[in-house]
Amino acid sequence: MISFLLRRVLGGFAVLYVTVTLVFFSVFVLGNPVDVLMSNTTDPAEREAAIIRLGLDRPVLEQYFHFLWNAAHGDLGNSFVYGKPAMSVIFERLPATLELAIIAIIASILIGIPLGLTAGLKHRSAFNKIVMTGSIFGFSLPYFWVGLMLISVFAVQLHWLPSGGRGPTTSFLGLNWSITSLEGLTYVLLPAVTLALYKISLIIRISETSARNVNRQDYIRTAHARGVPPARIVAVHILKNAILPVITVLGIEFGTIIAYSVSVETVFSYPGMGKLLIDSVINTDRPVIIAYVCMTSFIFVTTNFLVDLLYAILDPRIRHSVSGA
Amino acid sequence: MGNILKQTISALALFGALAAYPATGQAADLKLGLMAPATTLDPHFTNAGQNLALATNFFDTLVRTDTDGKFVPGLAESWRIVDDETWEFKLRDTTFSDGSPLTAEDVVWSIERPATITSSTASLTIYTKAIIGKEIVDDHTVRLKTKGPYPLLLPDLSNIAIVSKNATQGLLTEDFRTGKGVVGTGPYKLVSYDPENRVVMEANEHFWGGKPDWDNVEIRFLPNDSARLSALLSGNVDAIENVPSSDIASLRENKDFTISEKTSYRFVFLFLDSGRETTPGITDNDGNPLTVNPLSDVRVRQAVNLAIDREAISARLMEGLALPTTNIVLKSMDGYLDTLTPTYDPERAKALLAEAGYPEGFHLNLLATNNRLMNDAKVSQAIAQMLTRVGIRTTLDSVPFSVITTRYSQGDVSTAMMSWPVPTSEASFPFRALIACPDKERGWGLVNWGHYCNPELDSTMAKALTLMDQGERTKTLEDAVRIIGSDVPIVPLYFQVSTWAARNGIDIAARSDERTSARIFTPAK
Repeated sequence: MISFLLRRVLGGFAVLYVTVTLVFFSVFVLGNPVDVLMSNTTDPAEREAAIIRLGLDRPVLEQYFHFLWNAAHGDLGNSFVYGKPAMSVIFERLPATLELAIIAIIASILIGIPLGLTAGLKHRSAFNKIVMTGSIFGFSLPYFWVGLMLISVFAVQLHWLPSGGRGPTTSFLGLNWSITSLEGLTYVLLPAVTLALYKISLIIRISETSARNVNRQDYIRTAHARGVPPARIVAVHILKNAILPVITVLGIEFGTIIAYSVSVETVFSYPGMGKLLIDSVINTDRPVIIAYVCMTSFIFVTTNFLVDLLYAILDPRIRHSVSGA
Repeated sequence: MGNILKQTISALALFGALAAYPATGQAADLKLGLMAPATTLDPHFTNAGQNLALATNFFDTLVRTDTDGKFVPGLAESWRIVDDETWEFKLRDTTFSDGSPLTAEDVVWSIERPATITSSTASLTIYTKAIIGKEIVDDHTVRLKTKGPYPLLLPDLSNIAIVSKNATQGLLTEDFRTGKGVVGTGPYKLVSYDPENRVVMEANEHFWGGKPDWDNVEIRFLPNDSARLSALLSGNVDAIENVPSSDIASLRENKDFTISEKTSYRFVFLFLDSGRETTPGITDNDGNPLTVNPLSDVRVRQAVNLAIDREAISARLMEGLALPTTNIVLKSMDGYLDTLTPTYDPERAKALLAEAGYPEGFHLNLLATNNRLMNDAKVSQAIAQMLTRVGIRTTLDSVPFSVITTRYSQGDVSTAMMSWPVPTSEASFPFRALIACPDKERGWGLVNWGHYCNPELDSTMAKALTLMDQGERTKTLEDAVRIIGSDVPIVPLYFQVSTWAARNGIDIAARSDERTSARIFTPAK
C-alpha cells in the first residue's frame, strides 16, 4: 500500500514538472507582454526599466531556470497586470469557482446517481426510457445556450433570479465567499444549474450502465437465490460495486469544473478562475498563466490521487493486488 | 358585478404600477453594471481607463473634464498662469471623507505619489513628469513649475486624483485592497470592495458639491455583453455602460429604458507604412516583392483615403455608433478642421492609383485586431473589400491585439487598423504618438507604426506646444492638421460612439471620455 501511494506521488510530481515546462515555453508564443501591457505613451526609458524589472531581457533558458528555482521555493512570480503574486491573484478567484463546482457536483451526485441507478436496475421500463432520453438532451445542449436560456427565462422574464455576476461576499478564512448568504446563493444558482445539467446527464449514463452490469453478475443472482431482501441487495451489493466508475468520473469532472468552466463563467460574467485564464491569455500575463496551469495540474493530480485512494478503500481487490505487487 | 371587476382590475393595475417603481419615496439607490473591472482602488497605480473611472467616485482631481472634454475647475477653484513656466492653483475649502481638511500638502503629495509606485506597467508619471517644481504658497494655494512652457498641464492634472496624505502615507498599492487609503473628496465613500465583482459605496456627507444624488451606490462588473444587458433588462442593475451594438436597435424600441449616446474621443484609423523603402506586406499582382513602396507615394495614400466608404461602415456595420471622420480630434477640440470632410470617391481613387503608376493596383496585407474595438473584425473585412474594389487587392489578417503588437515589433506591419484616444482634447496628442518622427529623447512617434516622418510638420507641432496663448496655439495646431489632411500619414476612419442605458427615471450625462462613474447618473427631475 505504501509503495503504491509513493509511486502515485512521484508520478504526480513528474506530471506537474512536465506540464509546467511545456507551458513555460509555450507562453512565449503569445507575444511580448511589454508590448501589450505598457501604455503606448510610456517613456522608452521607463519601458526598458520595466523589461529589466520583469526579467524579460534575459535569455529564455535563464528565465526558465530562474522560474524553476523560485517555484521550488514556492514563488511563482508576480502578475504583470495586478503587480502582486500570481498565486494570490488566483486564490482571490478560487472561492467563486469552488462554490460553483461544489454546488454543481453535489447536484449531480444527488440527482444523477439515484436516477441512473434506478434506470439501470429497471432497464426495460418507461422510466428508463424517459431518464435516458432526457440525459441525451442534458448531454448535448451546449453550456452557453443553456445559460442564455436560463437567464432569459428566470432573470429577464420572471425576475426570480439575478442574471449574472456574483453575489455579495463575506470573508471567511481570508477568502471571500458568497454562498454564506441567501442573496449570494441566488447568484450561484443559475450558473451552477447550467454546469450541473451536463454533469447530471453524464453521471446518469455512467451509473445506469454500471448498475446494469453489476445487476447481471453471478453474485447478485446468488444473493437473490439466498433470499437476501431486495433492498439490501441494492443498498449493499449493487451500490457499492456500481459506484466505482462513477467516483472516477466525478473526480475528473470536479477538476474540470474548477479549471475550465470558462464558457459558463463568461456567459454569466461570473468572476471565477476560468475567466481569469482567458483574461491572462489576452493580456499575456505570463506568470498568471503559468501559475494557473501549475495549480490546475496540481488539482488534477491530487483528485486523481484521492480517487485512487478511495478506490483502494472501497475495493479490496485493488488494495490487495497492489500490495501484492 | 362588472363594476367590482373593474375596480379590482384598476386596483391591481395601481398595485402593479407601485410595484414597478419601488424607488419613489425610498432612499435613492443606484446599481451600475460596468464592463471592465478596475485592477485596484489605488488611483495612482496604472493609467488604465477603468481604474481612473472608478477613482472619480471617491476622488477629485484639481482640474476636471466636462462631458465634452473641456477642462473645468475641480478641487482647484481657479488657476492662473503666473509666467510661461509657472501655474498657480487656488484650492477649494473642503474636507476629505474622513473629515480632515484638504490642504496644499495633500496636492503636492498626490502629484509626487505616482513616481513612488514602481510595480506599474503603465505609470501615471506621464502626467506628472512635466512638473519640475511644487511650491506651497499657503494652505490653499499651490504653484507648479513646468519644464519650459507647457500648455498641456491642465489635461495632465485631470488624471491625477488628489488623495489624503495622512491616509495614504506608507501605503502600497496592495494595501488599497482592503479599502485602506480610499479617502477622497469625491461624492462617495467606500463601503466594501470585492475585486472583479462589486464595489459598494455610500454618499460622502462632506462632499463640497452638495448632497450627492444617491445615498447608496453599488457597482457590479459584468464584462460579458449579454450578461450586462440582461442585468439591466431584469432589473438587477439600474444602468449599464457599453450597450452591445447588436442589441441597441431592440433596446431603442423598449419604452422602459433610455439610451444615451456620445461620440467618444477614441478614433479608429489605418496606419500606412509610408516611411520604409520596402514594406513586407505589399507585392505586385503576381506576388513578387516591389522595389518601391507604393505607400510612400502620397497619391496612393490619398487613394486609400478616398476608397473607404465610411458612411456605409457606420450605418451598416456599426448601427450608427461611429462618426465618420478624416480629422484626428473631435469638433469640440483644439485642432479640428471643418474643411476636412470624409469623401468616398472610388473613381478618383482609381485615377490616383493609375497616376502613381499602379493602374493595375497591387497586393496589400491589412492587419487588424479582432478583440479590441467594437466590431473590429467586421469593419476590417469591409475595408479590405473596399480597397480591393479600387484595385488594391487586400488580404486581411484578423488577429488578437497581442499578436498585432508582436508583429509590429518584428517589423512585420504594412497597414494596420488601430485606435487612439484624445484625452488632452487637442490635436498634438494623437500627432505626437502616431505621426511624429520617432524620437525617443522627447518621447515622440513612439507608436508611429507607419514610419512616417515630416520634420517640417514636427516643428510646427513643437512650436504649438510652446504657445501659452490659446488662440495662437489653436491656429498653429490647425496649420499642422491641414498638412496632415493633405499628406495622409494615417487614414482616420471614424470616432466610436459610446453608449449608456438606464431604466426610466434616471438621467445620463454621457461623456466623450468613456469614463463611467456614479457621477454621470442623476434621478430624473
